[in-house]
Amino acid sequence: MIDRRLFTSFDWKVLLLILLITAVGILNIYSASASYRIAGTPYALKQFYWSVIGIGLILMICSIDYHVLEDVSYWFYGLIIIFLLLVLVVGKTSMGATRWLNLGLFTMQPSEPMKLVIIITLARYFTRNQVPGLLGIRAIFVPLLILLLPAALIVKQPDLGTAIMVCLVAATITIAVGIRWSVILSFVLTGIPVLVIAWNFLLHTYQKNRVLNFLDPERDPLKSGYHLIQSKIAVGSGGVFGKGFMHGTQTQLRFLPEQHTDFAFSVFAEEWGLLGSVIVLTLYLALILWGLHVASRCNDRFGTLLAVGVTAMLFWHIVINMGMVIGLFPVVGVPLPFFSYGGTSMITSMVGAGILLNISMRRFMF
Amino acid sequence: MPLKGQRYIRGGQDLSKRLYLISLAAVAIFLIILSRLWFLQFIEVGRLREMSENNRLRFIPVAASRGVLLDRNSKIIVNNTPSFSLAVVPNEVRDKDYLLDNLAQVLRIEKSELLARWERVKGRAKYFPVVLASGLTRDQVEYFEENALRLSGLEIEVKPVREYPEGMLASHLLGYIAEVSEKELEMAGYSEFNPGDYIGKNGIERSYEKYLHGEDGGRQIEVDARGRFLRVMNESLPVPGQSLVLTIDSDLQKASEKALGDKAAAAVVMDVNSGEILSFASSPGFDPALFTRRLSPEQWASYLEDKRNPLENKAIRGQYPPGSTFKIVTALAGLAEGLIDEKTEVNCTGEYKLGNGTFRCWNKKGHGKMTLRGALRESCDVYFYALGEKLGVDRIAMYARKFGLGEPTGIGMDGEKGGFVPSSEWKEKKTGIKWFRGETLPVSIGQGYLTATPLQLAAMTSGLATDGKIYRPHIVKRILDREGKTAKEFSPEIMKNIDLKPEHFRLVREGLWAVVNEPRGTGAAARLYEVRVAGKTGTSQVVKMKDSNLSVAYKHRDHALFVAFAPYDKPEIAVSVVVEHGEHGGGSAASVAGQILRKYFELKGVIKRPASDSEDESSEDEPEGNEE
Repeated sequence: MIDRRLFTSFDWKVLLLILLITAVGILNIYSASASYRIAGTPYALKQFYWSVIGIGLILMICSIDYHVLEDVSYWFYGLIIIFLLLVLVVGKTSMGATRWLNLGLFTMQPSEPMKLVIIITLARYFTRNQVPGLLGIRAIFVPLLILLLPAALIVKQPDLGTAIMVCLVAATITIAVGIRWSVILSFVLTGIPVLVIAWNFLLHTYQKNRVLNFLDPERDPLKSGYHLIQSKIAVGSGGVFGKGFMHGTQTQLRFLPEQHTDFAFSVFAEEWGLLGSVIVLTLYLALILWGLHVASRCNDRFGTLLAVGVTAMLFWHIVINMGMVIGLFPVVGVPLPFFSYGGTSMITSMVGAGILLNISMRRFMF
Repeated sequence: MPLKGQRYIRGGQDLSKRLYLISLAAVAIFLIILSRLWFLQFIEVGRLREMSENNRLRFIPVAASRGVLLDRNSKIIVNNTPSFSLAVVPNEVRDKDYLLDNLAQVLRIEKSELLARWERVKGRAKYFPVVLASGLTRDQVEYFEENALRLSGLEIEVKPVREYPEGMLASHLLGYIAEVSEKELEMAGYSEFNPGDYIGKNGIERSYEKYLHGEDGGRQIEVDARGRFLRVMNESLPVPGQSLVLTIDSDLQKASEKALGDKAAAAVVMDVNSGEILSFASSPGFDPALFTRRLSPEQWASYLEDKRNPLENKAIRGQYPPGSTFKIVTALAGLAEGLIDEKTEVNCTGEYKLGNGTFRCWNKKGHGKMTLRGALRESCDVYFYALGEKLGVDRIAMYARKFGLGEPTGIGMDGEKGGFVPSSEWKEKKTGIKWFRGETLPVSIGQGYLTATPLQLAAMTSGLATDGKIYRPHIVKRILDREGKTAKEFSPEIMKNIDLKPEHFRLVREGLWAVVNEPRGTGAAARLYEVRVAGKTGTSQVVKMKDSNLSVAYKHRDHALFVAFAPYDKPEIAVSVVVEHGEHGGGSAASVAGQILRKYFELKGVIKRPASDSEDESSEDEPEGNEE
């Protein structure tokens, strides 16, 4: 199984690209948390440890043929669904949301692995159930069920950010497989009344407020609208060249909410300016285009769809997070891959990167 | 129709056209993000930068109110009261010079001093307030509030500070709080403090800091460019510290301090059946309130120059040769080793010869024939020289250690000293010279290298009173949580269990009873008629030894000591008193002990308080000049 070709076809440049983004992220966390008074290990150091674990995971994943995932995907899916159900019953509640499950040794957030598991599951489904031509309404009935079951459970927690993410990833895979325009159109047409119902009956007040505040930030400048304004001020006041490392006043004065996690990029944009932001943006774009490239040159359908899914996951995280930071989207708790502080996000992103590298290095095997 | 069973029919090739379109879409979305960044950071930069510069966030620390100290009867001895301090937010000051001139005038603090305090916090964020002065008067607070616009960048903080309803009572025990020093800030364990924070510097305030301090809170507020309050952004409420119930009885403490007067002295009263310290006096005291409000240099100098050493906690840090009070240990060692018994007689001629040296008894005429009881009663040195010679220094040291001498008792206060118990091994290691037999004799009467703290002497005496059970001295009875419920209780803990025959303890106790109650006893000044008291006097001679010629007459500077326990038949408390330069233990120290014992039994209701005494109590606070 260990083939010398595997080693030579390993994308070292891409691994380097990921390490570069991670390193910039750690540096940024260092600055973002400089004004905190915390006891114990500093955030930047903890993030470093997580990244080391993540790199270990990449290497581990690369040593196993990704086709194994196809065989175990439904088992994974079932397991995570059980976990999601358990969360609703015996989950740990913090800050008004029940997302955590205590597994004795550690606690986990089953919605996070769901992001990856939905990719694997749909990739398998679309590989084994192929239709000639584009997907019609009937062909997407089962995949829709596969998606909606976990999505509904995650919305229930409530964790809107992750639910949207799972849906976006699933939609991207479906589009890559090919879907009829009429189906997309009918989705949009049914989507509008569903949104109206959801707005009135399903969304929590805080979620509604976020949307409203996004549409009109001045509506509530103290609460969630405030974060948007302050983040925009931070990014904009950075200018072309930035205020310099550790010199972002918005950051060091702690005007930014969650500035080491979800708003880490606004810290970066403030301190490094347009120049720094464009560089990071370019690095991310390179990563995404490489992911899609891996998908298109892969010789089997499962690998292609897996690569599309993982790339979509990274892409939507980047777009939604950055969009939020620069005021294009409402505030949803979505971290920036490899960049925001947090072990969970780091592990998910690194595992995703590992899968992509895995597919890429085995492209000659078929 | 779905095609099943064919696992890898085709790869990504059939999708590659779509994947190409998806790539284009991704690039387009990134371009939207890029253009938004360009819009914010290039077009809007002027407006947003101005907004960021107008943003002013301040962090106002809210100090937790410190735990209260109560005596054993839940009487408050240390409380909190609000105090105003002035802080400056460096990055909001427009004209530093002008501001400092103004402050120097209003606060009456040298400008250079203010500047030094300002600079002290270099390296900290410029928007965190720096405390420049504490303990502002109402007028000063009003002045700063009225002139807030002219003197921009100032901030008034309210902090709870200590209040002492009992004045200087038990000042060494309680300690004081003051601003954390630069040196401390750099020390491990102090990292959570900020300049300007008050912490315990001494005594219980220091040793129990982690319970007393609580958790400081803070308010994050937004102000406009002129420093005017806009809104509270974030608030974390301070968590008050836990209160301590001490073992001290404040009435007994008061009486102890009164009995010590203005002498350099210490007195400890300990419950022999629990180790609780009922009174813990070190004299002269100091005013802890002065330290909270920045001690003036003059006051500081006056404390430092006072030869009586008011800042030293003599009860746990004063190490004195125990003098004849140590004969308790020598006697028990002799009995336990079978070297003497009740009837063993020594003829005291006033001196004892060993080799070339002559060792004198305090009574130059000699005591004549002495048994143990007489030798204790009249504190005959010759009897103990003879016994000491037989015992040798190492056996004496072994018994001294059994009584807890030579090591700190572990009372739970920082800086406790352990005294010293010499041995032949120690001397040889330290000086390379062998131990001389002649050096043993002073040790056997509690002189020479031997030292002990007043607290250790009280513990030693309690061991005699209880047939060998010494409870670890402690000063905190209970820790109370914020609702006033008991969070932690300190139960008695046995420190030493001295395995000697009860018979031997009884013989020495009888000797101590005779000291106080029989004619020719040296401790008659401690006698009470209502309660049977037993005690031992001591005189400790503090001189430098000239070589090893120890028989040279000691000069002045004798300290007076007295240890006692009562009641004789069923001991409850042990008392130790050391009066520096008090000449003879039988006089000053024993009478101090007598007054303390009397008060203890008065408070218990065993001794009725004479009518005139209660009047005396009420006029206690008046100057006692007429006594001089």
